[in-house]
Amino acid sequence: MTAPSHRPVLKLRTGITGFDAISNGGIPQGRTTLLARIQHAIDKVGASRVSIDSLGAIFGKFDNHHVVRGELLRISVTLKKTGVTSLMTVERNQEYGDIARHGIEEFVADNVIILRNVLEAESRRRTMEILKFRGTDHRKGEHPFSIVADGGIVGVPLSTVKLNHRSSHIRVSSGSNKLDTMCGGGFFRDSIVLISGATGTGKTLMATSFIGGAAENERSLFFAFEESRDQLFRNADGWGVDFKQMEEEGRLKVVCTYPETIGLEEHLIEMKKVITRFKPTRIAVDSLSALERGATPKSFREFVIGLTSFIKQQEIVGVFTSVTPTLMGGTSITEAHISTVTDTIILLRYVELFGEISRGIAVLKMRGSRHEKEIREFNIDHTGMHVGKPFRNITGILTGNPQYHQIPESERLQEMFEDV
Amino acid sequence: MKLFIAGRSPRSDSAVENLRQILAGSSEDDFELTVIDVLENPQLAEDDFILATPTLIKVAPTPIRRIIGDLSDRTSLLRGLDIRENALPGEHTTT
Repeated sequence: MTAPSHRPVLKLRTGITGFDAISNGGIPQGRTTLLARIQHAIDKVGASRVSIDSLGAIFGKFDNHHVVRGELLRISVTLKKTGVTSLMTVERNQEYGDIARHGIEEFVADNVIILRNVLEAESRRRTMEILKFRGTDHRKGEHPFSIVADGGIVGVPLSTVKLNHRSSHIRVSSGSNKLDTMCGGGFFRDSIVLISGATGTGKTLMATSFIGGAAENERSLFFAFEESRDQLFRNADGWGVDFKQMEEEGRLKVVCTYPETIGLEEHLIEMKKVITRFKPTRIAVDSLSALERGATPKSFREFVIGLTSFIKQQEIVGVFTSVTPTLMGGTSITEAHISTVTDTIILLRYVELFGEISRGIAVLKMRGSRHEKEIREFNIDHTGMHVGKPFRNITGILTGNPQYHQIPESERLQEMFEDV
Repeated sequence: MKLFIAGRSPRSDSAVENLRQILAGSSEDDFELTVIDVLENPQLAEDDFILATPTLIKVAPTPIRRIIGDLSDRTSLLRGLDIRENALPGEHTTT
């Protein structure tokens, strides 16, 4: 056996002002097994990057916090001196609490990134937060991310999206001539259209005829979260839109997913992937309300902003549908979140008149264009949707409390001749 | 047996000393002890997955045992080495 020789205690300068002075030149130099092994490993392969995964596994056996702290400090200072970029992982006991187990890890590191996997509304949501990043600016707060099969960690930088998408004056057909007229000539090519209505008012139909209204050279993408593929194709067929043929010609792609299968962040990543690959000119999402189920308002809002800004940047028309909870009138929570990011809002409402249910359609807003203010009758038959006459003598349709007003005979006669 | 230490320190010295005391009286043929300084031979520490020192590894006879610490706890050291107390020559210790 070889007898190890006694050496003087070498000090390692930490670079922390004041500390080096009071500790007579720094902490005792790393004469520990762990450090010796790390240095040996670096020398062996000439490493410029070092990952330690994880500190918890190394220090888990140590009860003595002082030993751990000293060792951690020694390792980080030595690694810094060696000129390698190092990444260490540590476990956390709580999602929101101490940053790391020993309460010192975050101080010895130059940069700290926190990864969270929070349970929100019975679903998991991964976020990353850059807590500190010495010497440079960074975005604060939690940012959602997801782990996908062929991409690893994919960030969803929603709050970084800038409002810089181009704007065009080119209009495209909504699939209905009357609706185009109501919108002042059709939808803008890079706009987001929200169709809001109670169940059964014809939202899916409008989305379907929007796809059906695509020109020969256009490509359409249909995201269905409520109906199965077969249902969708059958219904489209019933309204005179041949999805099957469109798909065979490569002009249409239908993506049917159950909203709850994956989180909203994953949905967004998947949808972006499909959009990038298929390069559509039209996108229909049916419906946003289905996606909203089981999501927190925050993640839903982030999802909508992320999707709309992405669609707009590609100069695609997007039609989203949203369900109102009440049959008559009313707005939904969905709308409250997304109405500001949509350019056009089309309302579909039930109108109850003399014991009969009819439907009404109105263009509530249309950015950058004149549009009709009237609420028109809206019918559905085997050839699709038909926009009819305005409701002339009724008030209170939007509030869900329609009132019929008698109109003078002269006006009624005039109206009859107008329509002929 | 292999004893891993990190340089000369009071802790490693006492580990060596404690081990010698326990094995005192046995003849040199009964055991084979190698003291390894991980600061000089980090590769050997890597081969044996040593994270902390002092660590004593009993390589043979099987089972392989690892004892971490300065070996001051005589009872657990003996248990770790599979040596019965009365099998050792010399003094009887009280626990």
